[in-house]
Parts: sequence; C-alpha cells; structure tokens
Amino acid sequence: MIDRRDFLKGCVACSVTAASISVAGKNAFAAGSFEGYPDAMGVLVDLTRCVGCRSCEAACNNEQKLPEPDLPFDDQSVFMEQRRTTPKAYTVVNKYEVADKNTLFRKMQCNHCNEPACLTSCFVNAYTKTKEGAVIYNSKVCVGCRNCMIACPFNIPAYSYSSPTNPLVKKCIFCYDTRLKNGRPPACVEICPQQVMTFGHRSDLIEMGHERIKSNPAKYVNKLYGEKEVGGTSWMYLSSVDFDKIGLDNHMQNEPIISNVKDFLGMVPMVLSIWPALFTGIHLLATKNKGEHGDHDHKEGDQQ
Amino acid sequence: MKQYMKRNSNTQIVNSLRTDNDRGRKWTFMEKLLIGLTPQQYIAQAVSNPFNWFLALVFAVGFPVIIGRFIFGLEWATGGPQSNAWGLFLGFGLFGMVPLSSSGFQMGSAVEVFGRHDMEPLERLGILNGILGYFFAVVFLLVDLGQPWRLPYPMVVSWGPASVLFLVAWHVATYLSVQAAETSTSFFEWMGWPAGRTVIKKMALGLAVAGIILSTLHQGALGALSSYAPGKIHPLWYSSSFQWLYFFVSSLPGGLCMVIVVSTIVIKTMAWRCDDNFKLNLDKLHISLAKGASMGLITYLTIRMIGVAHDNKWAYLSTGWGAWWMFEIGFGVILSLILLTAGVRKNNVTLIRLGAWTTILGVILNRLNVYLITFNWKHGEIEIPPLREFMITITIYCVYIATYRAILYRWPILYRWKTKYSEYAVLEPTPATIIAVVAEPEACPSGK
Repeated sequence: MIDRRDFLKGCVACSVTAASISVAGKNAFAAGSFEGYPDAMGVLVDLTRCVGCRSCEAACNNEQKLPEPDLPFDDQSVFMEQRRTTPKAYTVVNKYEVADKNTLFRKMQCNHCNEPACLTSCFVNAYTKTKEGAVIYNSKVCVGCRNCMIACPFNIPAYSYSSPTNPLVKKCIFCYDTRLKNGRPPACVEICPQQVMTFGHRSDLIEMGHERIKSNPAKYVNKLYGEKEVGGTSWMYLSSVDFDKIGLDNHMQNEPIISNVKDFLGMVPMVLSIWPALFTGIHLLATKNKGEHGDHDHKEGDQQ
Repeated sequence: MKQYMKRNSNTQIVNSLRTDNDRGRKWTFMEKLLIGLTPQQYIAQAVSNPFNWFLALVFAVGFPVIIGRFIFGLEWATGGPQSNAWGLFLGFGLFGMVPLSSSGFQMGSAVEVFGRHDMEPLERLGILNGILGYFFAVVFLLVDLGQPWRLPYPMVVSWGPASVLFLVAWHVATYLSVQAAETSTSFFEWMGWPAGRTVIKKMALGLAVAGIILSTLHQGALGALSSYAPGKIHPLWYSSSFQWLYFFVSSLPGGLCMVIVVSTIVIKTMAWRCDDNFKLNLDKLHISLAKGASMGLITYLTIRMIGVAHDNKWAYLSTGWGAWWMFEIGFGVILSLILLTAGVRKNNVTLIRLGAWTTILGVILNRLNVYLITFNWKHGEIEIPPLREFMITITIYCVYIATYRAILYRWPILYRWKTKYSEYAVLEPTPATIIAVVAEPEACPSGK
C-alpha cells in the first residue's frame, strides 16, 4: 500500500507543476475572437487595374533598404515563373494566365491579418498587431523556430537562412516605422501609377470595395477577398476572376487560425487539474490489497 | 564487446563489488568507466567491434558538416527552404523521436501507478529510452533553430503563452527534468550514492503522475502544432478536431514498440550486460507490451478512420495521395496490428518483434507525412531535403545510438546493482556462474 504521505507528496508535486503551466492555457482564452482595432488602416487592392510594372517592388526595396535584386525591376522575364516573398523582397508581383488569354497580375505581401497566425503561433511573442493595423516583428527576441512560416496561411514570412549568426524573419511591416506610424501610406501604395491600391481605414475600404462590385458587377467577382478570410485582413483584394485562379485560396476558413488550436489549448488546464487525482486514484485502486509485495519502495529498500 | 566477452569469458565486468582477489574493495570510478577492463583491454574490444568503425566513419564525415552548419549558416546545410520551413531535423528528429520516447512515462506509470511490478526489468530501459529520445530531440532542435543560443527565451525573456509551441517548450523542459530525476536512480547506484536514490524513490509516484500529465499534453501538442497549417497539410493527414489525438494515441504504441525493439537489439548484442531477471523475463514482457501496443494501434486505426468519415474525406482515397495514405495505414498500422496480435495469440516473440519494427516505422512515416511529405501538397511537388541535411540527421542519430549504448554498458539499467555478497548467493550462486552466464549468450532466450 502507498502511504498517505507519499500520496500527498505526489499531489503537491503535480499541482505545483499544474499551477506553473496553466498560465499557458488561461492566456490562450484572452486571444478570444478579435475583429481588429477600430481605427486600423488597410489597403484595398483592385487587381483589375494592375499592369505588372513592378514599381511597387522597387519602392519597397528602396524604402526597406533591401539588397539589390538579381534582376532589375523593369525586367519582365521574372513573370516566367511564380515567385514568392523572400528575405530580399517583401513584395512580389506574379502574372497569371486566366481564361480567354487574359492575364492578371497580383501583388503579394503580408496581408496584415486582424488575428495573425504568425503572432498567435509565436512562442516568444515576437509579433505585434499595432492599433494602426500593421503586423510588426521584434527581431530581438526571435529564436528562429519558424513556426510563423508554417502557420502563415499566405506563406508570407521569409527567413534569412544565409546568415549564420543573426538569421531573422523578413516580411512586409506595412512601412510601419517610416510611414504608417505617422499616418502616411506605405511606399508601394504611393508609387503605384495605376492607383491599384487605396489606403484608408479598413472599415471604409470594405464599404468602398462592395460599392465597386455593386456598381460594376460584370467586371468583378462578387467577393472582397480578405474581408472575412482567417478572421479578416488589413489588405483586401478585388478581382475579375475567381481568386483560386490567381493563387489565393478561395476556401480559406473564416475563423482565425488560432481557433484551430483553441480546443486543444482549452483542454490544457483541465488535464493539469484532473489527471493528478485521476491517476493517483487509479494507483490506489490498482495496488489495493497487494500489501508488501505490491509496494516497490519496501522491496527495493530491503535490499540495501 | 559481445565478441570480446566470448573470447575472454573470465573477464570480470563491473556490476557491484569485486569478486576476484581484491574481494571487498569497491570499484573505482575509472574501473566503472572502463566496465572493469584495463585500458588496453577496453581499446582492444572497442577496435574489434565493426559497429564502432561504422560510427567512426559517420562521425568523421558528419561532424565537419555539423560544424559547417554553424559556421556557414542554415542555408548551407538545408538549402534554406522558404515554404517548407521545417525539414528533416524537426520532421524526423523532433516529431519522429518524441513519440517513440513515450516509453518513459508508460513504463514508469505501469510500474509506479498501476502496480505492474512484473514490468520492472524493463522499467529503467523504458525511462532511459524516454529521456534520451527527448534529449536528442532537443539536440535536433538546436541544430535547426536559427538562433539556438536563444533557446531559453520562451522561458525567461519573452512569453508567447497563446502559442502551442510555448506549451511544448515548457512541457518538454519540465518533462526532461522529471525524466532526469527518474533516470538518476541508476546513476546514483552506479556512482555509489544511495542517499540520492532514496530521495528519488520517495518521489516515484509523483514523478510518474507528472509524466502522464506532461506527456498527454505535449505529445498532443506536437499534433496540435500542425493545426496551424490547415490548407497546407493534405486533408487526409489533417483534422483540426482530432489532430492532437492522432499524435497522442499513436505515440503510445510507438513508445511501447520502441522498448520492444531496443530490448531486442540489446539481448542480441549485449546479453553479457543483462542479468537473469532481464533475460528470463524478456519474452513474457514483450508479449505484455505487445498487448498494450495492439490496443493502442486498434484505437489509433479507429480514430484515423473516424477522422476521414467525420470530415467526409473518402473521395481523396481514390487519388495518388490516397494510395500513399493507405500505404501508411496498411503498413504502419494494419500490418503491425496483425503481426502483434498474431504474436500474442501464438506466443511468438519473433512476430511481435517484427510488428514492433513496423509500428515504429509507421509512426515515423506518419510524422514525416504530416510535416514534410504532404506539407504544401497543393504546390504539387515534394521537397527533398539536400544531402547535408541527411548527413547531419544521420550523424546526430548515431551520436544518440552511441550515447545510448555507452549508458547501457555502464549504468544498472539492464542489470541490478548488487551491494552485498549475499545477493550473489540468492541470484547467482558463485562468481563462476556469473561468468558462465556471460560466456554463453546463446543460453539466453533470444528470439526463439
């Protein structure tokens, strides 16, 4: 038989562990369903206007002081393949061949989600969603686990693997430090010669997007991409073709990514609270009436 | 060492007090390190073992590559994948090794919580298998992290408590300490510090229960991590409701089968180190473990099927990915289940040991499928990790094997540490008998 002292010790040990770790579970609930800051800014991207001049890429490169690209920004040969964001390019424009020999260009960069997966998956809290709407990154605490890259539904964060001593996540930060903080639109928006992008309060942009669709239903598909996707994003898109055809997942969930793990995180404090009593109870039942023979400690003790 | 013991059958190996003409003197630390051999003898046996030459070759090639990874950066070693951010180091080293290390909490709780004292001969092996698996998963993590020197950050510098990885970090750290405490009993015996052992023994139940809690959560959490990537992992391997259960439930047979596999390797290659208690009970214990593992496997099979039915994913089965999924389930789960249950029914340990192999391969294949092979399946191509990534992975795994073997050679994991001559009288009447047993590894019940 286990003596009572051992039983109590077991319980104490477990509850200490429980108490110290249940913090994790509790704070997870605080992440609740967050629909974005009321005054958050955003950008409405009307893909029907984009001509693929890549001046936004150049502006971004200049504003963020990124290294020189392999090919100059007026080189159209980059459209031969589908590119993605890299540590050297926070935004890229891709060309898509859509129905009846039409082409459509799509600019991609961080969409600045209302409830970002990168932020909620980060175990050192390196990301912040600012009240202006930007998702920014603190390179001082990043450990380099790259969970954000796994979690981002748009495959945006890139990692500067080539640096042996200070590799970091590289992604668009909405020009937060240099522009957004002071109420100015990001560099790519400002430079666009086609007025593809409109900078404004996210709530206004949603209205504007729907109005454009309503006033010209033949031109646009009836969807404002980013209004609801993964809990809503600050950057939203209008398109003349189905979003699936231009590399955006049309079946993306409307709940933020964190909601996929909420059930699991909610269970954590329960396991921590219930398991100690449950298994100590099972122990008492399993070893009942086994007497001296069943008790490990006594048997081992005798041999010393 | 096995060959050496065969040739020099009257060598006295360290397992408690000396029994030769120095009778009564305790082993010195140096003697313990060399398992009772002289330095010349030790080197002779090491050189005569072909497996050591294999290890030497792997290390000679692999260590420079590991050093290169830290000098030239991750891109040099892994190619710097932007879309499949996690490669072999985590896919195999972390996600593959951790479920196979669930043996620590299962053997600990079988003995301490459920009172299955007949499992004792394998308890320490199970726990050692646990701690080494976790420890080397952390080693793999350190190689993979961009800035490994910041590993303590989630503990002390900056908390991201809403993250599943935060939970994994804390639980693995806590559980490593729990397992270190559990394993330390053998270490204390070996060092001759009985006081330390007594303290740990008193906490045994608490540690075992803490092991169950932490394991339930972080084994599950490794699955929950993949819930962050709903559109990227192929639907057949993804279920936002059940993902953590898949990982937790499959880790149970995975861990038990790992104990079967390791103890089979041990009895074949280092029977000289095992005491009678271990050797005579092994077949019986393998059958018991196989029973547990088959229950785990049938449960796992059921919930994987429920997962497909729940989200109505049957249509995917007719695709190429579906065939691959059926192979994973067919080989890793159904075949294993057949081998294990047939082995249990027919009392055939060979079948059980085969089934244990297919089970652990199945678990590893599942983890690779989730995090590597089907990851970004919509992109249409499977990213094959570059050569250096394989070399580093193999090298670290060989360090794991070498460490594992070094500990098994020395600490009282496979044998009982005796501190009184009277114990020899009870178990093995004379030193001559010990030598006789050691000299004839065929006498042990291996794989009949």
